[in-house]
Amino acid sequence: MAFKRDKKEEEEGTGNPFQNLDKTAVLQEARTFNDTPVNPKKCTHILTKILYLINQGEQLGTQEATDAFFAMTKLFQSKDVILRRMVYLGIKELSNIAEDVIIVTSSLTKDMTGKEDLYRAAAIRALCSITDTTMIQAIERYMKQAIVDRNAAVSSAAVVSIFHMTKHSPDLVKRWVNEVQEALNSENVMVQYHALGLLYHIRKSDQLAVTKLVAKLTKMNMKSPYAVCMLIRIVCKLIEDQNSASAGDTSPPWSSSPLFEFLESCLRHKSETVVYEAAHAIVNLRRTSARELAPAVSVLQLFCSSPKPVLRFAAVRTLNKVAISHPSAVIACNLDLENMISDSNRSIATLAITTLLKTGSESSVDRLMKQIATFVSEISDEFKIVVVEAIRSLCLKFPRKHAVLMNFLSAMLRDEGGLEYKASIADTIITIIEENPEAKETGLAHLCEFIEDCEHTSLAVRILHLLGKEGPRAKQPSKYIRFIYNRVILENATVRAAAVTAMAQFGALCPQLLDNVQVLLARCQMDSDDEVRDRATYYHSILASQNKQLVQEYIIEPLTVSIPSLERALHTYNVHPSPTPFDMSSIPLATVVTSDVTEMADRLSGRTPNSIGTGTIETSPAVTRVESYYEKLSAALPEIASLPGALFKSSTPVMLTESETEYVVRCIKHSFPNHLILQLESDQYIERSAAGKCYRSIRDPRRLRATQGDPHSKVGLQ
Amino acid sequence: MGGVYSYFKSLFGNREMRILILGLDGAGKTTILYRLQVGEVVTTIPTIGFNVEQVTYKNLTFQVWDLGGQTSIRPYWRCYYSNTDAIIYVVDSSDRDRIGISKEELLAMLKEEELRDAILVILANKQDMENCMSVAEVHRALGLENLKDRTFQIFKTSAKEGEGLNDSMDWLSNALQSKL
Repeated sequence: MAFKRDKKEEEEGTGNPFQNLDKTAVLQEARTFNDTPVNPKKCTHILTKILYLINQGEQLGTQEATDAFFAMTKLFQSKDVILRRMVYLGIKELSNIAEDVIIVTSSLTKDMTGKEDLYRAAAIRALCSITDTTMIQAIERYMKQAIVDRNAAVSSAAVVSIFHMTKHSPDLVKRWVNEVQEALNSENVMVQYHALGLLYHIRKSDQLAVTKLVAKLTKMNMKSPYAVCMLIRIVCKLIEDQNSASAGDTSPPWSSSPLFEFLESCLRHKSETVVYEAAHAIVNLRRTSARELAPAVSVLQLFCSSPKPVLRFAAVRTLNKVAISHPSAVIACNLDLENMISDSNRSIATLAITTLLKTGSESSVDRLMKQIATFVSEISDEFKIVVVEAIRSLCLKFPRKHAVLMNFLSAMLRDEGGLEYKASIADTIITIIEENPEAKETGLAHLCEFIEDCEHTSLAVRILHLLGKEGPRAKQPSKYIRFIYNRVILENATVRAAAVTAMAQFGALCPQLLDNVQVLLARCQMDSDDEVRDRATYYHSILASQNKQLVQEYIIEPLTVSIPSLERALHTYNVHPSPTPFDMSSIPLATVVTSDVTEMADRLSGRTPNSIGTGTIETSPAVTRVESYYEKLSAALPEIASLPGALFKSSTPVMLTESETEYVVRCIKHSFPNHLILQLESDQYIERSAAGKCYRSIRDPRRLRATQGDPHSKVGLQ
Repeated sequence: MGGVYSYFKSLFGNREMRILILGLDGAGKTTILYRLQVGEVVTTIPTIGFNVEQVTYKNLTFQVWDLGGQTSIRPYWRCYYSNTDAIIYVVDSSDRDRIGISKEELLAMLKEEELRDAILVILANKQDMENCMSVAEVHRALGLENLKDRTFQIFKTSAKEGEGLNDSMDWLSNALQSKL
């Protein structure tokens, strides 16, 4: 009946029946809950509306929520199963907004221990959402029983609810560790998985305990494939931890360890999920050699010819990643990958081709690029980015192929696509230009063409900046001016301002173009936007002065100081004006980002996590943070602020302790011309125990004079 | 005559009577509720919130709400006052120390507008305990002699032994029926 009605509504095109709900009206309706006898159908419907509103992001005030909550408690008198389950959902949603939600504790404990199985699991989840640390004792006994309940749904609900409760009261789960241990032996796949998740969560900060847990479980032969997958992940983390602890050893110490043997044995598990998880884990381990990779890759190779698309996809996606770090290991799969190019699933085909591009030889590039071109318009942006990434690494690997690849990229640039996709193409072209001088002219030409029709302001600004930097040094600088000036005529203010700056670069670097640029800049002084006019006037007058030094300092080499510290220093200067003029030299210099050889190597091997413009994007916020450490420090300790000489550089925080220990100590080095400040920072995770006295002992092999050596009697804890 | 009777009966039977069981913590409210519902003594723990059950007594069905009596929960009693036909107020006859508090809670509750027409049954519970107050003592301690404009009756009960509950329910059923 209800289904029929839904269908009819759909046909009429009314769509969502809850579209025009009004919060006040719905809350008014909620008063129906107080009526006796309860009308289950009507109340279920109203509850649905309330849940819908909350999930749409409607904000309920505390009083509103409390009223609705208490009205809802009246519904416990109804025996209607559907309504009761809706009430549980309502309790969960309102429990963190409404006050005094503990009022339903007794009713829920009754339902979770009652005979109705449909109630029990849901009641546990609702109960845990209303229970805070102070009320935990009231439900402790019931939770104990629920964890080891014979009904799998009940047991899982209890374990998962406890997991959620650890977020606000981490210590409380310790009461139930024994029961959770018992649940770990459950016959049910889900209960075993959840129990392992919770047990690991409890112990994860204690490596010894994790090691013991893993040692026990790897021998136990767990029934649940999900739990085994989880165990594989835990084992990997352990291996990596041990790995980084013993960094520097020549031979990987774990290759013959029981942990790695466990991973390998999982490759022969009867569940495909586990087999994949193990293969995925092995290929993602750091410092693996071909010998350890081989069995994992051959498993993935088997998956490549599986009739199940999911397995094929998983396998090829993993191989795609491995191809970056271990191309030789993947070559064995090339034949299977070739077959997958014609896969009806385009995502699989894309990944297969890009994998081949990474492992293949220079001669196969042309053929593969042709094949991609046949379906590139059919795949989603996300996979187009994968293609672009592959092309980027190809260009770095085979510089001579840049013409083919660049053409391909420019064709992709002209297609429809989102910002992220376009940015990744532009980034790739820029990388190619930077790495390969031969490709510069063509690359710049493609970019010029692109900004002719670019809907993304941020990209256009970036490209204009690049044109300003690279264009004047090209063989024929004048041809770029037209593209740049077109932006001034056609684009929004931000792009226009960037275009003006780019033109000024040409004026400064190409004397033969100076007159023309000045004419264009003069025209820009009529612009409707302040910033554009300001820039035009600024550059125009500097260029007109013909003063080489001015031009050099203010156009060609703009401010090299770090912008965030300049901003802060100016702010301080404004707040506390002083008779002396503002001193620019007191601002620390910005770290110049250079993409050096190591970074290139990283990029080639795909070690950098997010590949788009990692250099610029990642370093700048780091600089800000480090400098702000110094700002904070000098604000707190005036004697440091009064040290002579400008701050040369602050290092990034170096961890002196292992992460995940109970206390963490970081060190930041601030270098001055004549001083070195070591800033030691300590965070403590143990509640209610303050570090009484902290002593620092600094051993210095070069016997530098320590300026300050007194132990801080108390260290401020965060 | 029979026709008229069954007419009333059907009217009465249509609407479930709503009864609240109130009283201080540990007075025996939850025990009474389940004694009425399943006819035996169940182990209870302090009620945080409420229990609600359908109780059938001599072909009449009641919807009985047993609200927790702890100090922290008493303020919420009023959320459940509306549409109440009768109140069963339970007093622990052996708790001489807190009979004064019990009286205050009773008087405060009776002032509520929503409970103006509710019939009141007072149960002097735990009569099985040694040295407990007699019905007359409880009556006096609660100041019931000053209670005007209210249909009420006091009974001595022992939920544990099952004593006195039937008498009080008989009286309550009759009082509710005559109210119609």
